[in-house]
Amino acid sequence: MRIAGKGLVDRAAEVRFTFDGKWYRGFAGDTVASALLANDVRLVARSFKYHRPRGIFGAGSEEPNALVTVGRGGQASPNTRATVQELYEGLAVVSQNRWPYLDRDLMAVNDLVAPFLSAGFYYKTFMWPRAFWEKLYEPVIRRAAGLGALSGEPDADTYEKAFAHCDLLVIGSGPAGLMAALTAGRAGADVILAEEDARLGGRLLAEDEGVDGLTGPEWVTGVLAELEALPNVRVMTRTTVTGAYDQGTYGALERVAHHLGDAGGRPLECFWRIVAQRAVLAAGALERPIAFADNDRPGIMAAGAVRTYLHRYGVSPGASVAVFGNNDDAHRTARDLAAAGVEVAAVIDSRAGVSVDGDFEVISGATVTGTKGRLGLSEIEVSVNGGTRKIVADCLAVSGGWNPTVHLTCHMNGRPEWRDDIAAFVPSGDAVPGMIPAGATVGVFSTAGCLADGVRAAAQALGALEIAVPDVAVPEAEDRAYVLEPIWRVAGTRRAWLDFQNDVTVKDIELAAKENYRSVEHMKRYTTQGMAPDQGKNSNVGALAVLADVTGRAIPETGTTTFRPPFVPVSLSALAAGARDKGFAPERYTTSHPANVARQAPMVEAGMWYRPSYFPAPGEVTWRESCDREVTMVRAAVGVSDVSTLGKIDIQGPDAGAFLDFVYTNMFSTLKVGRVRYGLMLREDGHVMDDGTTARLGEQHYVMTTTTAAAGQVMRHLEFVHQGLRPDLDVRFVSVTEQWAQFAVAGPKSRALLNTVLDAPIDDESWPFMACGAVSVAGVAGRLFRISFSGEHAYEVAVPARYGEALYRFLLSQAEVLGGGPYGMEALNVLRIEKGFITHSEITGRVTAFDIGMERMISAKKDCIGKTAAARPGLVDPDRERLVGLRPVGAVKQLTAGAHLFNDGAPARREHDQGYITSVGWSPTFDSYLGLGFLRRGPERYGEKVKMVDHLRGVETVCEVCNPVFFDPEGGRVRG
Amino acid sequence: MRVTCPHCGERDRREFTYQGDALALFRPEPDAGPTVWDDYLHNRGNQPGRVRDLWYHDPCGTWVVVERDTVTHEVFGSEAAAEVAR
Repeated sequence: MRIAGKGLVDRAAEVRFTFDGKWYRGFAGDTVASALLANDVRLVARSFKYHRPRGIFGAGSEEPNALVTVGRGGQASPNTRATVQELYEGLAVVSQNRWPYLDRDLMAVNDLVAPFLSAGFYYKTFMWPRAFWEKLYEPVIRRAAGLGALSGEPDADTYEKAFAHCDLLVIGSGPAGLMAALTAGRAGADVILAEEDARLGGRLLAEDEGVDGLTGPEWVTGVLAELEALPNVRVMTRTTVTGAYDQGTYGALERVAHHLGDAGGRPLECFWRIVAQRAVLAAGALERPIAFADNDRPGIMAAGAVRTYLHRYGVSPGASVAVFGNNDDAHRTARDLAAAGVEVAAVIDSRAGVSVDGDFEVISGATVTGTKGRLGLSEIEVSVNGGTRKIVADCLAVSGGWNPTVHLTCHMNGRPEWRDDIAAFVPSGDAVPGMIPAGATVGVFSTAGCLADGVRAAAQALGALEIAVPDVAVPEAEDRAYVLEPIWRVAGTRRAWLDFQNDVTVKDIELAAKENYRSVEHMKRYTTQGMAPDQGKNSNVGALAVLADVTGRAIPETGTTTFRPPFVPVSLSALAAGARDKGFAPERYTTSHPANVARQAPMVEAGMWYRPSYFPAPGEVTWRESCDREVTMVRAAVGVSDVSTLGKIDIQGPDAGAFLDFVYTNMFSTLKVGRVRYGLMLREDGHVMDDGTTARLGEQHYVMTTTTAAAGQVMRHLEFVHQGLRPDLDVRFVSVTEQWAQFAVAGPKSRALLNTVLDAPIDDESWPFMACGAVSVAGVAGRLFRISFSGEHAYEVAVPARYGEALYRFLLSQAEVLGGGPYGMEALNVLRIEKGFITHSEITGRVTAFDIGMERMISAKKDCIGKTAAARPGLVDPDRERLVGLRPVGAVKQLTAGAHLFNDGAPARREHDQGYITSVGWSPTFDSYLGLGFLRRGPERYGEKVKMVDHLRGVETVCEVCNPVFFDPEGGRVRG
Repeated sequence: MRVTCPHCGERDRREFTYQGDALALFRPEPDAGPTVWDDYLHNRGNQPGRVRDLWYHDPCGTWVVVERDTVTHEVFGSEAAAEVAR
């Protein structure tokens, strides 16, 4: 219910929302949780395993119970904590994990069979028969147990990722964080202040406390105004720092538009990577529950959360509130409620002899031993002086003390340390390099202490950054001591919950210990404690304490908990921002792309490039018809193909020739200017890395081409060889792949076609085979190379990329006059197979120069990368699988790539394997399938018959082994 | 993780391609014999702790020798491979 005159919500701005289809009213500034409590809705969820009725427990991101689904369809966000979701007009909230209704959940039958559902139940029960696990047990269990469901539709929201850099990242904006940001901000440091909540202030918004004579919220407003006026300070609200990583890198999730009905073009979330020289961790502390019988009913809440609802939202979670605690802090809840006119049923303090000023009953030396109320708390049972009392209450505020929020300090293997005086873990020193924990995170619990500690932490950070520390006065505030006596659980026979989110009780921990899961890590995995979205924020320390207790050990000797990133759940959509759809696989287009698409050529991926597969002509139904026509066209007339995707590296300098001699197996320093040579490049381990042609354009100027696939790898390799092995060589190189559009013009009429665009016609004398040089292409300075990947008289003509499309269109129109046209990747592949040219289908990384019959290309006159290793006996063993050509000679005429080769008559099993096929194509030139492959002692076996077996496709073909160069082995045609 | 490129300054590790032990900079003579070449090409101690690795800074093309600790993830410093190789 709302309390008049309390809270920071805007009572003038009413907001309507639905919960499970029913309309409710709240105010601007409410969360779903505060608005539901204001409407006296206490039942908001069903528990994970037992389907127990659950309410709201906390008031922040640590909420274990109140998980709801927000939004509809592709925009639905399941497992949203009702305590974090801000209200907006028309917000649709739906409860989870219940069927069919939240108040009549048939799955609650699980609670009745709870004795059978203890820790390890699944492991013990659903063992046999084994096949039943996947088909029966798991689907049933998954349906019964769980969280919210995804919509099954594509995520309709947008997400972003962003990077930020600063001197100091302040995590949290409670009193410690605000003073740290203020101190560093006044010092002139670049500061980012990240606050998870929509408003700055932390507990100052949740308590009735003064700072420097102002109310908490008033003081926060003043500080915010000063921070916002500082140009060097960036305040980021709704931003949770989720992880601490190496070298001062922090992950942070900004909830940009979760609080807006209409995102107005904003992303829903933004995932930040913040690089900070130093960080101050002022993440505060989390209140922990106490385990007692049936302590999970709606209406049983954290005492601090009850104060948050009262002071920040003007809501009392109950009409008659009892308080149960073990520390003085819990008493504030009773005092504040009473002052606001809410009935306080009683204060139950586990410590003996405690007195509290206030108009309510205080029962000291007492514990809560039971509760009643099917869908919400109605009564508690208190044990005092050996007897029991029943107290009517619809809300029970519980405080077992506070756990410093040490999570981020554990993300780089830091182990928190136990402090007996506050019965809690605090960060160990220097747990994350450069991160300074402050305030409640280090166990400073008074407001005055936190304000001072924030200044201290900022001064420490500024000192490390060598920035002068300004004189900052620490404001006056409450400075009470924090006194508690630990109590983790109340003895009893009924179930007492430790982990609300995963339905883990004290009994489960006891069972784990009894079955010898005594290590914390084993206990957690056996019971699933701490494994839910809240990552044990509410339960880890309590479970550890109970485990310590039942195993007869002290807490520090039992272990610590391991907190891993992220601090709060992060959607995969946010992490993957920018990498969805085409963002995942960027596309590179050649200049000929529009012309190819216009001709209806299916485009295929080649790395990130898109290249035309074939060009369907009128009447052609299958790709093979087009491919066959294009191959024949090149052999008979002329074809044009865009080869711009091949890597092009411009290499210049006095030592360019010497450098190429070192990276290629063969000689390039002796290549004449105006000539091109095929080069073979090895890895240092003697295997083939890449191949391609390199042209010498001038005394000190070469242009290397690489295969499309290996362009990046070769560039990296060249840089390594130059910088790392031969820095003495005076040579420079740069990739010019995208600067030049380059087209292959192949076929008997290639020169005739080229002469239609070249300003000075060429002939065989001026441009013999393997000649290269500058040409003028329709007035544009270009380059011409007489090289061939088809076995035909062919050229490659290059122009600056901006002229690529025009040249391509012009070449095609002229080619068509000559009976030619464009050819695609399929035809290009058949042409090169006919000619026995290799691609990365052959040079797969485990193939040597010897295997492809190029061992003589390793020059004896010089050293080169890979030369020594390539000479190892195992790499030149004649028994190796070596390149051959294959053609079908039996009844079956089909060849398939990937099929294996066997001796005729040998069984087609692994131990008889003789090799494999790497490339196949239908050759219209030979009216037959042709294949390239690797066969043991291959070159010695020309003329022999082997059996190709494709177990996958069920093809078996008798092949003849032959020279891989099927077409024009003398090479007369390339010389025209 | 942050790696310093001697040419560009401190950068996110996503800008780098990792290569392996900086031993690769010390290429044996061709006639050094199979044992030396095996050690150069294949044999790595792979001990946890302080290592010197090669990283390639993709945007600027600089090969960098980074000294770091594989246990603590501390980065001690970096140097251009060309300087180390000289």
